[in-house]
Amino acid sequence: MERYYQKEIETADREQILAWQNERLVKQVHHVWDNVPYYRAKMEEKGLTPEDIRSVEDLHKLPFLTKDDLREAYPYGLLAKPLKDCVRIQSTSGTTGRRVVAFYTQHDVDLWEDCCARAIVAAGGTNEDVCHVCYGYGLFTGGPGLNGGSHKVGCLTLPMSSGNTERQLQFMVDLEATILCCTPSYAAYLAESIHERGLRDKIKLKAGIFGAEAWSEEMRQDIQDKLGIKAYDIYGLTETSGPGVAFECSEQTGMHINEDHFIAEIINPDTGEVLPEGSKGELVFTAITKEAFPLLRYRTRDICILSRKKCSCGRTHVKMSKPMGRSDDMLIVKGVNVFPSQIETVLLEQGYPANYQIVVDRINNSDTLEVMVEMSPENFSDNLGYITKMEKELVASLKAMLGIYAKVRLVAPKSIARSEGKAVRVIDKRKI
Amino acid sequence: MTIPQISVFLENKAGQLADITGILSENHVNMRAISIAETSDYGILRLIVDDASKASSILLEQGFILTMTPVVGVAVSDTPGGLSKVLSIISRAEIDVEYMYSVFGQKDGQACMIFRVADTDRLTELLDENGIGTITGETLGIH
Repeated sequence: MERYYQKEIETADREQILAWQNERLVKQVHHVWDNVPYYRAKMEEKGLTPEDIRSVEDLHKLPFLTKDDLREAYPYGLLAKPLKDCVRIQSTSGTTGRRVVAFYTQHDVDLWEDCCARAIVAAGGTNEDVCHVCYGYGLFTGGPGLNGGSHKVGCLTLPMSSGNTERQLQFMVDLEATILCCTPSYAAYLAESIHERGLRDKIKLKAGIFGAEAWSEEMRQDIQDKLGIKAYDIYGLTETSGPGVAFECSEQTGMHINEDHFIAEIINPDTGEVLPEGSKGELVFTAITKEAFPLLRYRTRDICILSRKKCSCGRTHVKMSKPMGRSDDMLIVKGVNVFPSQIETVLLEQGYPANYQIVVDRINNSDTLEVMVEMSPENFSDNLGYITKMEKELVASLKAMLGIYAKVRLVAPKSIARSEGKAVRVIDKRKI
Repeated sequence: MTIPQISVFLENKAGQLADITGILSENHVNMRAISIAETSDYGILRLIVDDASKASSILLEQGFILTMTPVVGVAVSDTPGGLSKVLSIISRAEIDVEYMYSVFGQKDGQACMIFRVADTDRLTELLDENGIGTITGETLGIH
């Protein structure tokens, strides 16, 4: 029996969802026009007034917002409510430049936590569960978001935050955690640690909700096998509130976008043109219920596909595929697009750990791509010829997947730093 | 009669070998034979030690990747042509030697060579037929 946190909303028919979206979008555009001069100027530049937006069909007329806009408008330029009405900020890690700061009213926090609660219930969570949250707490949205969602569901919440693996394992065992929330790379690390310490029989986990970084289907399988759980993906970004914008259900074939709060579009990242349903392109979100930080047509840079295929879980909200890479994190090596997730897929297929590092450099004006791969017990032998053969096979598979040669460097197990937050997968040494 | 050999993955970086020998020394493991096969990027350290199960569990605990392989110790006369004689017998029988290396020191005019072949039984039989002795773990102080 499928369970829902907000059944009427999550299983509403298409017309109802559209009706909500039309009404909320029109209202939101007025709210932004009235309160965000930065965006109003953008609309005026295009000769638009709020009256031009009468329904979702007019959405494509609105100008985009990008991370550059957020940086330019830092910190208050996109704020749509007086600060006295705001109760919280969250912020991005700021690895690619200036930080992005997002604001929340109490109402915004409530709706965000509802979204996270939907994800937890979709993963099988009830008030009987013990929800172990080891996303970072603080400015990062992961910890606070899932923490709030877990409260709403009524789970006993363990606000572990990230780091200190020994303590994580101790609480997980002693307090019999049943649902684990963290980044997929940390889940894989915990799974390894559990395996090494022989704790597999002592843990009671049944499900995991993993997001905030890209992970492949093979990595999901690996985590599920090692921990004996079902691993669910969750999607979100600070700019749109945090995790819970979309989440996976029992079908595990994509994430339902909470369409009563967000309108999703897929665009051609080069031209900005809206693409027909089922196309692969950049995901764009319009937040239609947020008060303090209501971004309209925010370009996520995540490349994915939307699907309205009927879902066996009964939810009617559109599903997004796992992001297939980011249009800005994408590496261009020798003119070829390389997504780290492609490399991960090949490594897992060939029995190597998903912990890897890509080093891109430019030597004599030519790009070089090197993948540092940790040796695994399965691929080791006392015979050098066997190892070089396995290495050649890996190089060939990478070539087949990427279309270009990648040098493989086999390194000692656990020698690539495992991060307890976002994994550093790519080192680009090119000075371009 | 085979002898247990430990093969450890070596990343090509400074100090890897010293780390391993240091760990073995701290745990009073004595090495009988050692050999390294390498490419420019990585290598395999092959070891015969007095206590293979102790050494392997210590190295595994320290996070090394290793595998245990049965190898054959062959008594080779420590005179010119001693090894050649053994190899020609093996070659005539069309047994493929994957690799070989020598054990430290010699005893009673006999040196010991470690042989890795796919079929260890066939090798020991062949040597036996030709009056060449195999060396037991005991002789090498392995327990």
